Amino acid sequence: MMLSRTADHLYWMSRYLERAENLARLLDVSFSLSLLPQSKGARAEMSAPLVITETLQQYNTRHDTLSAQTLFDFMALDRDNPASIVSCLKLARENAHAVRGKIPVEMWENINATWLQAKQLPSAVNVGEFFDWVKERSHLFRGVAYGTVLRGDAYSFVRLGTFVERADNTARLLDVKASLMDSGHGVDDFYAWSALLRALSAYEAYLELYREPPNAQSVTELLLLSPRLPRSLRASMEAICKILAQIEGEDSRVAQRDANAIRNELHFVRADEILRFGLHDYLNQRLIDINTLGERIYDAYLKAA
Amino acid sequence: MHRIHPPLAGCFDEMLADDGETRGHYRDFLQWLTAQSPETLGQRRHEAELLFHRVGITFAVYGDDSGSERLIPFDTIPRILPASEWQVLEVGLRQRTAALNAFLHDIYHEQHILRAGLVPAEQVMVNNQYQVAMQGLDLPHRTYAHIAGVDVIRHADGGYYVLEDNLRVPSGVSYMLENRKMMMRLFPELFARYAVAPVEHYPSLLHDTLREATHADNPTVVVMTPGHYNSAYFEHAFLAQQMGVELVEGRDLFVERDHVYMRTTAGPRQVDVIYRRIDDIYLDPLVFRADSMLGVPGLLSAYRKGNVILANAIGTGVADDKSIYPYVPEMIRFYLSEEPVLNNVPTWQCRKPDELSHVLAHLHELVVKEVHGAGGYGMLIGPKASRADIDDFRARLLADPANYIAQPTLALSTCPTFVDEGIAPRHIDLRPFVLSGKDVRIVPGGLSRVALTRGSLVVNSSQGGGTKDAWVLEA
Repeated sequence: MMLSRTADHLYWMSRYLERAENLARLLDVSFSLSLLPQSKGARAEMSAPLVITETLQQYNTRHDTLSAQTLFDFMALDRDNPASIVSCLKLARENAHAVRGKIPVEMWENINATWLQAKQLPSAVNVGEFFDWVKERSHLFRGVAYGTVLRGDAYSFVRLGTFVERADNTARLLDVKASLMDSGHGVDDFYAWSALLRALSAYEAYLELYREPPNAQSVTELLLLSPRLPRSLRASMEAICKILAQIEGEDSRVAQRDANAIRNELHFVRADEILRFGLHDYLNQRLIDINTLGERIYDAYLKAA
Repeated sequence: MHRIHPPLAGCFDEMLADDGETRGHYRDFLQWLTAQSPETLGQRRHEAELLFHRVGITFAVYGDDSGSERLIPFDTIPRILPASEWQVLEVGLRQRTAALNAFLHDIYHEQHILRAGLVPAEQVMVNNQYQVAMQGLDLPHRTYAHIAGVDVIRHADGGYYVLEDNLRVPSGVSYMLENRKMMMRLFPELFARYAVAPVEHYPSLLHDTLREATHADNPTVVVMTPGHYNSAYFEHAFLAQQMGVELVEGRDLFVERDHVYMRTTAGPRQVDVIYRRIDDIYLDPLVFRADSMLGVPGLLSAYRKGNVILANAIGTGVADDKSIYPYVPEMIRFYLSEEPVLNNVPTWQCRKPDELSHVLAHLHELVVKEVHGAGGYGMLIGPKASRADIDDFRARLLADPANYIAQPTLALSTCPTFVDEGIAPRHIDLRPFVLSGKDVRIVPGGLSRVALTRGSLVVNSSQGGGTKDAWVLEA
């Protein structure tokens, strides 16, 4: 049992941190793809992050050209872009600030320090180093959560935020490649799939599990359906179902039902069926499901009125 | 070597006596201090600043958009109080808050003190801090000010004077606790040399006080904050966490059939005691300010039915008002039949024509304050003011005399403090926190504020003041 508003702040605190991390991963894969020598549609690869975060229009009103540098400035550092990495870190910090009495001091210090460092970033920051820094801060956050938060509702809502956001983001990341595939653009080869796997820290796992070069079917299977890969959609849904079962709520049955429906779909579907259906369309369906699940969670626990 | 500047003429210095000798209770400290290299101490001060920043012990300054959060400067030289002096202070603080609580009970019931003619009735009844809604309401243990932050200063004569009784929502206790934690972290060796009375158990005493403020069994206590943009939000969150209770905002609470509930992930849960850190007028939009988004509709009705306790009670401001302050010694004699232990500062009430003319003739040597003012805003410090400032203030005073009181400019005692020119005397005060319930509880010490500007007498953090750890030595 905890205040609904507190639960809401904890949930969004970790959602925004997870989002910052995944944005770093998304930009990382787009940059690597656009740098490939055989890339014919560098523009398509580079605009993918804008399409996925639904900020393309906003970008166009601010910038005339699309270059790696302007994209990075806009998506990573621009504090006026509410979807940028730095904005996510700020929002995470604001949510943490509102419940700082409810989280361990070390967790607050971690989030606050991340924001203070983000504010002092040089404008000429190295792109790769920046992505690594964002990922590292996010790893630290999860570590401090795992190592210091009392097991109970607060921990549940922190974890819930992480996995709901990750489920959404993993699906969107895979969609970068899926939409390029569909539109006939892009590099449909070993390098493209490898870059995606690396962005999701899944490259080593892939090598261990598969004896073939990365391809649409094997990568789809690993990133969407594997219960063992920590950033896969299936693993995120398993975690969400487990957490929801533990939180006592006013009307939590609907949220549990919807979460289990998504999990079951991923449990029984096969990768070749997904590709026949169309990867982009399939991902779109799941993104709608996850969005609805977010609303159910809000109704069940977080609504302050 | 450290450059230690001599004490200011005409002021009591906490460390150095007039003959330049170190006072007994500072001797060990000074010996330790001179053995430290300035570099080491500079490094420690830097470390303290980093830690305060990282922990986010900041406060927001009203009317300052740029740096919405600032650190309150922390000085590493403690204010040390010998046990003998603290014992007297503690007796005086207990006496004073007991009399103030008795006064509040009295004026919201039979009003004996008004009928005895000791306090003018109009001073109470037309005071805008007086709340009609409190009339006839019985509170457990007759406690109105569960938490009081009494501002005490030491004058040039070496005696302690009470400057203000803060009975509404006094703040600063979190800095007292964090300052001690910081000193113990930076200079553990000092705590081996000195037996410093602990203050760390304050949150547990506060929780005890709040729990016994109600007759309910196993009560649910919450801390109520205006929200995280409030200047003292850090403290609200800190106290809630230290007591292990929920930190709520108005929108987290609702009233149903005259009971107060909070909205939780598992449904509504009844609340018995609200340690509220918002002013009276924002508590209930149905009764006070209708445009307040911070309060809870119906709260006052639940309160009057006795179904929830507010700490502090509504309407305590009538007792810490500067127009009532001159009567506190009278209250002590009237309710407790005792002589006051702590001094009151002589006060001229400008609403009285003869006292006003005295004030007007001596503006250049007096401190003039607004009756309802706080935080060091809207006051004139005669000796420090320019001729133009004085003329300007004279006009305001004449326009509304009843809104002002005047006091002699007190030479607040000084304590050596790290500043740009080395270690120099700066003016300080002390705010001990008095908890009243079935028992009165006080942790030894309090928040010591320091005016960092040379010669300044304004210690308020909103006016650039800093803080120090205050040590009460064990007997």
